[in-house]
Amino acid sequence: MAVITISPDQITKKKRKGPKGHAIDLKALEEVQALLAGESRQRDLLIEHLHKIQDQYQHISSKHLVALAHEMKLSPAEIYEVASFYHHFDIVKEGQTPPPPLTVRVCESLSCAMAGSNDLITALENGLNPDNVRVQKVPCVGRCQHAPVAVVGQNPIDEATPINVLTAVEKKEIAAPVSDYISHDNYIAGNGYQTLKGVLDGSIEAESIIKKMEDSGLRGLGGAGFPAGRKWRIVSSFDGPRLMAVNIDEGEPGTFKDRHYLESDPHRFLEGMLIAALCVGCDEIYIYLRDEYAGCREILTQEIANLENSISGLPPIHLRRGAGAYICGEESAMVESIEGKRGMPRLRPPFLAEVGLFGRPTLEHNMESVYWVRDIVEKGPEWFTSHGRHERKGLRSFSISGRVNKPGVHLAPAGTTMRELIAEFCGGMQDGHEFYGYFPGGASGGILPESMADIPMDFDTLNEHGCFIGSAAVVVFSKQDSAKELAINAMKFFEEESCGQCTPCRVGTAKAAKLMEQENWDTDLLEELSSVMVDASICGLGQAAPNPLRCAIKYFPEEIK
Amino acid sequence: MAANPDTLNNPMINFTLDGEAISAFADETILQTAKRHNKEIPHLCYTEGLRSDGNCRACVVEIDGERVLAPSCCRMPTEGMNVQANSERALKSQKMVLELLKSDQPEQIGSPYKLDSELDQWVQKLKVGEPRFESRAQPAADLSHPAIAVNMDACIQCTRCLRACREEQMNDVIGFANRGAHAEIVFDIADPMAASSCVACGECVQVCPTGALMPANNVGLETPDKTVNSTCPYCGVGCLIKYHVKDDKILYTEGRDGDTNKYRLCVKGRYGFNYIHNPLRLTKPLIRREGVAKTTELLDPNDLDSVFREATWDEALDFAAGGLKKIRQEKGKKALAGLGSAKGSNEEAYLFQKLVRTGFGSNNVDHCTRLCHASSVVALLECLGSGAVSNPVEDVKLAEVVIIIGSNPTVNHPVGATFMKNATTTGTKIILMDPNRTAIAKYASHHLAFRPDTDVAMLNSLMHIILEEGLQNDDYIAQYTEDFEFMKKHLKDYSPEKVAPICGIDADTLREVARLYASSKASMILWGMGVSQHIHGTDNARCLIALALMTGQIGRRGTGLHPLRGQNNVQGASDVGLIPMVYPDYAPVEHFENQAKFEKLWGVALDSKRGLTTVEMIHAILDGEIFGMFVEGENPAMSDPNQNHVREALSKLEHFVVQDIFLTETAGFADVILPASAFYEKTGTFSNTDRRVQMGRQAVNPPGDAKQDLWILQEIANRLGCDWNYKGPEDVFNEMRLAMPSIAGMTWDRLENEDSLTYPLENVGDPGEQVIFTDGFPRESGRGKFVPASYIHADEMPDAEYPTIFITGRQLEHWHTGSMTRHSPTLNAIEPDPVVMIHPEDLQKLGVEPGEIITIKSRRGKISAYARADIDIQKGTIFMAFCYNEASANLITNEALDPSAKIPEFKFCAVKMTKGGEIAVRLN
Repeated sequence: MAVITISPDQITKKKRKGPKGHAIDLKALEEVQALLAGESRQRDLLIEHLHKIQDQYQHISSKHLVALAHEMKLSPAEIYEVASFYHHFDIVKEGQTPPPPLTVRVCESLSCAMAGSNDLITALENGLNPDNVRVQKVPCVGRCQHAPVAVVGQNPIDEATPINVLTAVEKKEIAAPVSDYISHDNYIAGNGYQTLKGVLDGSIEAESIIKKMEDSGLRGLGGAGFPAGRKWRIVSSFDGPRLMAVNIDEGEPGTFKDRHYLESDPHRFLEGMLIAALCVGCDEIYIYLRDEYAGCREILTQEIANLENSISGLPPIHLRRGAGAYICGEESAMVESIEGKRGMPRLRPPFLAEVGLFGRPTLEHNMESVYWVRDIVEKGPEWFTSHGRHERKGLRSFSISGRVNKPGVHLAPAGTTMRELIAEFCGGMQDGHEFYGYFPGGASGGILPESMADIPMDFDTLNEHGCFIGSAAVVVFSKQDSAKELAINAMKFFEEESCGQCTPCRVGTAKAAKLMEQENWDTDLLEELSSVMVDASICGLGQAAPNPLRCAIKYFPEEIK
Repeated sequence: MAANPDTLNNPMINFTLDGEAISAFADETILQTAKRHNKEIPHLCYTEGLRSDGNCRACVVEIDGERVLAPSCCRMPTEGMNVQANSERALKSQKMVLELLKSDQPEQIGSPYKLDSELDQWVQKLKVGEPRFESRAQPAADLSHPAIAVNMDACIQCTRCLRACREEQMNDVIGFANRGAHAEIVFDIADPMAASSCVACGECVQVCPTGALMPANNVGLETPDKTVNSTCPYCGVGCLIKYHVKDDKILYTEGRDGDTNKYRLCVKGRYGFNYIHNPLRLTKPLIRREGVAKTTELLDPNDLDSVFREATWDEALDFAAGGLKKIRQEKGKKALAGLGSAKGSNEEAYLFQKLVRTGFGSNNVDHCTRLCHASSVVALLECLGSGAVSNPVEDVKLAEVVIIIGSNPTVNHPVGATFMKNATTTGTKIILMDPNRTAIAKYASHHLAFRPDTDVAMLNSLMHIILEEGLQNDDYIAQYTEDFEFMKKHLKDYSPEKVAPICGIDADTLREVARLYASSKASMILWGMGVSQHIHGTDNARCLIALALMTGQIGRRGTGLHPLRGQNNVQGASDVGLIPMVYPDYAPVEHFENQAKFEKLWGVALDSKRGLTTVEMIHAILDGEIFGMFVEGENPAMSDPNQNHVREALSKLEHFVVQDIFLTETAGFADVILPASAFYEKTGTFSNTDRRVQMGRQAVNPPGDAKQDLWILQEIANRLGCDWNYKGPEDVFNEMRLAMPSIAGMTWDRLENEDSLTYPLENVGDPGEQVIFTDGFPRESGRGKFVPASYIHADEMPDAEYPTIFITGRQLEHWHTGSMTRHSPTLNAIEPDPVVMIHPEDLQKLGVEPGEIITIKSRRGKISAYARADIDIQKGTIFMAFCYNEASANLITNEALDPSAKIPEFKFCAVKMTKGGEIAVRLN
């Protein structure tokens, strides 16, 4: 517990050695100054600077924290509250033992839990010396098709077993591998960046592109589904300077499509992003990448540099690093995080389009939303709308994991049903697993039973069933799994990842998780609590958190006594 | 925030709330509109005066056409909106939020820490039953702080404390750490409150809705007998305070919505009242035992009984007055002197100077203004014809540029400082000029850490640049000033290139700052004792005045000159003539017409010669010119420089009357001690640094036989042959209105009703003038005068033997000589020991660890104190407060005087430091 009961005597008998609070340690100050050499001290770089300390020392000592506060003209409290918000910063106060130099993070979210992450954790805890290696349970790391996943340092181990993890630890294989992807040269060879150049030199008018975007019907693929073209028009209607923020904080359990596209064709994303920024008139671009994607960070760092070297006149691109917080996938929380603050969602109105990053009108997009821009512009909106099933239009990148034979990212027509996805794209259910139910949109999109696997999967189609497609993260489970257990897993995830700002979410998720752990669920109380969380939470996290719980009660009554 | 009255005439927004048509002002939220119409919507994280945050969700309402509920504390209504605050759906969420928060409270019957927990009140109003949820694991209590109890088991994470700390007071100690159900309010980096950088302003306590933060010792659970609206006895900011009183004792305080404080207080005002309940208070008149000789040593209070005996009031008053009368008869009127107090009310100060002028028969009357802003006042009178501040502190928010020089406002004017910090969030640039990196530096766009003592050179250089670059305001100079050409010539010598190596600030920075100040739409200068307490203090102030005159940065909102007044009534005491050269309202005693006016008003012949100043009085005692003295509420044995010298003088007095509330260091030298009343024990008016006359009201009675000061003064006066019959402060105030044109229109009734009135207020019904010098200056020519000042060194420069610069000042928790604050158990617990601040590298050179003792020696004295390593102190200098009698900084200081203002050079002398030493025993 952080608050320590101590008597006044203990404090007054100890002579203060400096001004109130923590004294500035001159050595720590020098170390921080060395790490920040040549860097701006502006507030929005706080999280970047914290990463520098964490990377260098594998933790953030109170001395470094206080020295950083001094350097950045911030108070220790402002730094502490930010550092303690993010999972990837280890604050070590005086008298506390720093964590061991190496951390093995084991995912305990839905697909990994189904694949036995619990046993893996136990085995690793028994097999590793806690003085040298720390085993941490973490939420989804975005590799669900390879469940269970462990990350040794920054090196993800797919289909993790105690053996392959221990081997990586022993061999000190801790760096993130970089995937094979379409390089800058190859992308250019495939006629890449022609559209961007056209926009830059004025031969392609922004208006024509915005029109195409509107006609394509492309909707925001982060999950909220706001029509992209309309968003561009709204943001451009506000007075500049305008900014763009790209959301690659892909944290929804079950989702890994953004990583998939980044690791295969990063320039298609960058080109789409830049076209969007230019069409809307954004002066600068901030890319927010989740910290778990260390390999993607290397790719982007390298390829943004290549791009900037080859094309001039681009708006500045800032690559910002998340620090382990699911909530920062919420657009306004991400904006707060880019500003160097706790990732706490903002109240709306005002909307980001009007008052966004640094108070400026901001075009906020999920990575995949802009990934499709080049294709839509070059092939025409009709190319995009020509796809679709069951009267739905467009394409969806389904991240599919769980008990199917071919998990992974499957680009399928919007409106494809779950049963069709399993049969046509996923090679059927795994041997010995009988289809029982599925999460259509990650942990927050609710749960549907096998009997409801013929609903077209797209925006809006699932709402009447208490679910949504969100980022199209589909987790398929079988009769060997328990919908109740998975609902509990989801609620605990939301409890852990709630930012803590509003009562319905902060207290509601905790109370709900407690009630759900009881043998018999008090379904009336849970339902009452759920309806208030939906109605009164600030953001989508609290509003969606009850979805799996409500679905479990509604669609899996046999499991709920 | 409450609706801004400026927008009251704007069109209203009409909407429907619970089926009723209702109208909102343009900047009102749904909740504020509802409140104004007496419609209740539950709310916890919202409170007036703080930014709405919308986190608790207790105030959610249903708005037609919206998918989810909206927080009424943040949502602005729009025309035609249909809002339901008490629909089944809205109530369900409101009640559930309250139930969730209630379930995590330590006790279900109600807050164990606070009688009127807002959560409990709403739970009752909405009839939320027994919570159906299991409680969280509760955090332990943090009772480390002497003033504030932290019981986070009652915390509802509403962050009102954080907003009060970060956005209102801008002390930035409180953070909201961790996340989810682990989210918690922390101090610094989750430290115990007493170990944190908390300055105990108590703003967090005042806004906490549940009692998680409360005054220590459970006083919040007591029901007060009464509350009294009054002001604060400490600094010149003059915060308005409500005192909660029970059994004739003050339980706790609350900030009121005063013009200068907007509900805010600091640690002294909020928690420092309890010195009055200290058992060491004087409760009986005391007379020195016959045959007990006076020595130059301070009296150990343990020896009180062997030196003094108790007496009745009649005996003591006869003895006190008799002794003075005898000297007046035998040695003449000028053998007497009086030191009044800037801590007393206007009425007391007025009567004290009248007593000396009419009863003693000379102008030998002064008070501690001599030690603080005498030089500022001399320069202001000389250059502008008035010693008053031109603009209130609140004008900082209207200024583009604010220069703060020689002032550490977060320590000495803490609540005023909060408004300076606030101003920076809306674009005001603060330029701090101070050798040390004081706390306000964090908010400054520029910090000029110039070498101590080089103010004149640096300021002249700024003016040089302004002229060189043609940034002066020629129209203003032509219309409102005189002697500019003379000044222009003088400034030629002060090029920034020449001055940079002297003051230690590079020429480019000087240029940048000069341009900023001169070319902004409105620039203001605030200063403190770092400017005034030098032998060139008057010169320093002359430079600041010239800077404002040459740029025309005066006479408008957001501009001007503001010497921040130290004592709560130093402005008033000076106004009413508690200084040797002027009658009330700064009427020079040497002008015949003034003398005639006051002879007529007071009905006695007056002395036409100016009297002696504080430090001159001490010299005059040793020179055999002063034999009898009356000191009311001042403590020269601690406050004056070169104390060995002062104490020797005091011990030589033939008859010495001291009127005070404690046995001060000075009282030990007395022949008779008269036990008086503390601030909270009397009614009177006090004038703050903004020229606001404010009503202080009696909250409790003086202890024992202690008497109110007005009564004592009148008793002494009448024994000296005056014929006074004031029934109370109102009578005195009415006479003051006759003596002082500046307050002639200020009525007692209006003060009673409004609590705070700004002068000049010459005619009844006037609003009072916030900004003066709007059209010239009250000098004969009507013009402001440029007075050139040449750079000179301090009286005692560091040398090989005494290489370090010793600077004195104050600490946040202690007031001046400590006679009040060191008797406050709360303040004393926070800062119990004498400490000296020194740069860690200088400390290393001495081979001393932080927290160890060092000894400081000057040519005049020697003390030992605990060393504190402070990276913000300029190397080669050390800083110390003068409140510790066991390590009295004024044993070290130099009594050299500014030739114009007679203010001593407290801010600069040469010392040497050695490792080790022993802290003397504190006399208490």
